[in-house]
Amino acid sequence: MNTWIEKQRHLIDFTLASLARRKGKNLGLLFIYTLLVFVLASVALYTHALRTEAQKVLAGTPEIVLQRLVAGRHDLIPPGYIEQIGRIRGVQKKEGRLWGYYYDSVVKANYTFMAPRDLKIERGEIIVGPALERSRGLAAGNGISFRSYSGELHTFIIADVLPQNSELVSADLVLMHEADFRAFFKYPEGHFTDVAMSVANPQEIKNVAIKLMDSLPDSRPILRDEVLRTYASIFDWREGIMLALLSAAILAFGIFAWEKAAGLSAEEKREIGILKAIGWETGDVIKMKFWEGLLISLTAFFAGYVAAYLHVFHFDAILFESVLKGWAVLYPRFTLPPHIDGLQVATLFFFTVFPYTAAVLVPIWRAATTDPDTVMRG
Amino acid sequence: MLELTNIRKAFNQGRHNEYWALDGIELAIPEKQVTALRGPSGSGKTTLLTILGCLARPTEGRVRLKGEDISGLPERFLTEIRRQTFGFIFQQFNLVRGMSAIDNVILSAYPTGRPRKDLLLKAESLLAGVDLGHRRDAKVEWLSGGEQQRVAICRALINDPELLIADEPTANLDTRLSKEFLAILERLADSGRTIVLTSHDPMVVESDVVDFIVSLRDGKIVDEK
Ligand SMILES: Nc1ncnc2c1ncn2[C@@H]1O[C@H](COP(=O)(O)OP(=O)(O)OP(=O)(O)O)[C@@H](O)[C@H]1O
Ligand SMILES: [Mg+2]
Repeated sequence: MNTWIEKQRHLIDFTLASLARRKGKNLGLLFIYTLLVFVLASVALYTHALRTEAQKVLAGTPEIVLQRLVAGRHDLIPPGYIEQIGRIRGVQKKEGRLWGYYYDSVVKANYTFMAPRDLKIERGEIIVGPALERSRGLAAGNGISFRSYSGELHTFIIADVLPQNSELVSADLVLMHEADFRAFFKYPEGHFTDVAMSVANPQEIKNVAIKLMDSLPDSRPILRDEVLRTYASIFDWREGIMLALLSAAILAFGIFAWEKAAGLSAEEKREIGILKAIGWETGDVIKMKFWEGLLISLTAFFAGYVAAYLHVFHFDAILFESVLKGWAVLYPRFTLPPHIDGLQVATLFFFTVFPYTAAVLVPIWRAATTDPDTVMRG
Repeated sequence: MLELTNIRKAFNQGRHNEYWALDGIELAIPEKQVTALRGPSGSGKTTLLTILGCLARPTEGRVRLKGEDISGLPERFLTEIRRQTFGFIFQQFNLVRGMSAIDNVILSAYPTGRPRKDLLLKAESLLAGVDLGHRRDAKVEWLSGGEQQRVAICRALINDPELLIADEPTANLDTRLSKEFLAILERLADSGRTIVLTSHDPMVVESDVVDFIVSLRDGKIVDEK
């Protein structure tokens, strides 16, 4: 047992020494390898976080949102409208919502103003999303003025900033008291932007929508499925790009591994011959090369993965930004909550460390099983 | 110590360029003696050495080591026998470049799993024995031909082999270094090792150190004395 351990130590010693001997080559190898893992892991982490995020968004969306159209234009929901909906069977909950877009010409961004029902906000105060905090450099306690569409200036005190964890939905939010909202957008009492409804039985959503249109001809119900499809197309597009990137990286990795599998330098072959001739078993040689391959691929894997994690979650996938510009207009900055999935790590590990180690071992195995007498002939 | 019976060795067997490098070799290597193989180029000296040293298998015939037939053993066992019984000194020295002299010396002892500390001590005394103690940490590619050969000799000795095999040990050395090599050879012979070597060099083959001379021609033994 002791000799066995000592032997492995010798092997590892030799492996490290032999890695150090070809420092330039091995560092180059490590760099390319790390870079590939980095791209693969970035894509994987990014798309995964994106999908998780999308699910969160959808979970909070009501089954039906009812808008009112007058002369083809979106108009306010007048008082009494909501009561009429009540008579339609299958509708479980309905509430008028107050929200509107505001264009901030200072930083050229759109905000979503909203008067939430389930959050208590004092008059004259607002709660803002992190995007606003960043773009305007504001913190809780600061004051900010918005010019309403009719031209008056409204000043608010920032009471709080929303947490970072789901920026996809909340980055550009400005939450305020109902009365402030009505004053800012000139909404008369009893009027709403739209109506959010929940339907108990998902099978009935379609029927409810049809009944709504029958009884309220000026209404336009928007189903969650439609919203979902819109989101899906946006996410699909982004994932498509990511997938293209992913395939490119996999391809590069394949070429890289293949190159490794094909090429065993004359020097390496000679070395294997020497080791065999002076008493190393085929297994020793393979083990040594295995350690070598494993060391390189593990180092590259961890370095690449950690770099990708930092890239995606701390630097907002900044390198993908140009690819994803379209989205960036909608969300000035887009921070995903950190999320690691064990299965994903395992998959990535399997597709990088495993093929590389195998690719390294194949030619070694071939060289190591040839007769050692070749070294006798220069 | 080593006995070869009716050894034949073919290269590229069954193909149009089939070539019999050894053809019916009967040879006994006496224990604790120095045997020299000589013959013209291409006569099969190196081929015979690879078979003696278990680096290659004969196509036909038997190899017996201390009375035991080892021709049919699987590769694993042959490697072990090679490591325990033989030390090799190659014509090209075959040191691993980029490693220090002392690391090269202990290289063949790695698979034995002996503690590194012991190995280093042993290697140091071996290097000192051939006047290389001061060069122990030098990378082998910076050593002169003669120094490289002495490192190779130390490497061949690290596992205390009973039998030393050397192929053209002086081919890359000048006269002075060849003489030094003969001196080392003499010491090794006196310490009771069996030695087999090949050489073109009359200075080696005809020196007093050599006990037996085997002459080869076209894969056959033509003379023994
Ligand atoms: N791997 C091989 N494939 C084919 N032929 C080979 C191979 N190895 C050796 N030979 C041939 O076998 C013959 C004997 O070769 P060997 O190397 O044993 O000769 P040698 O006596 O050592 O010659 P030298 O004095 O030049 O070293 C040569 O004709 C050589 O061409
Ligand atoms: Mg030869």
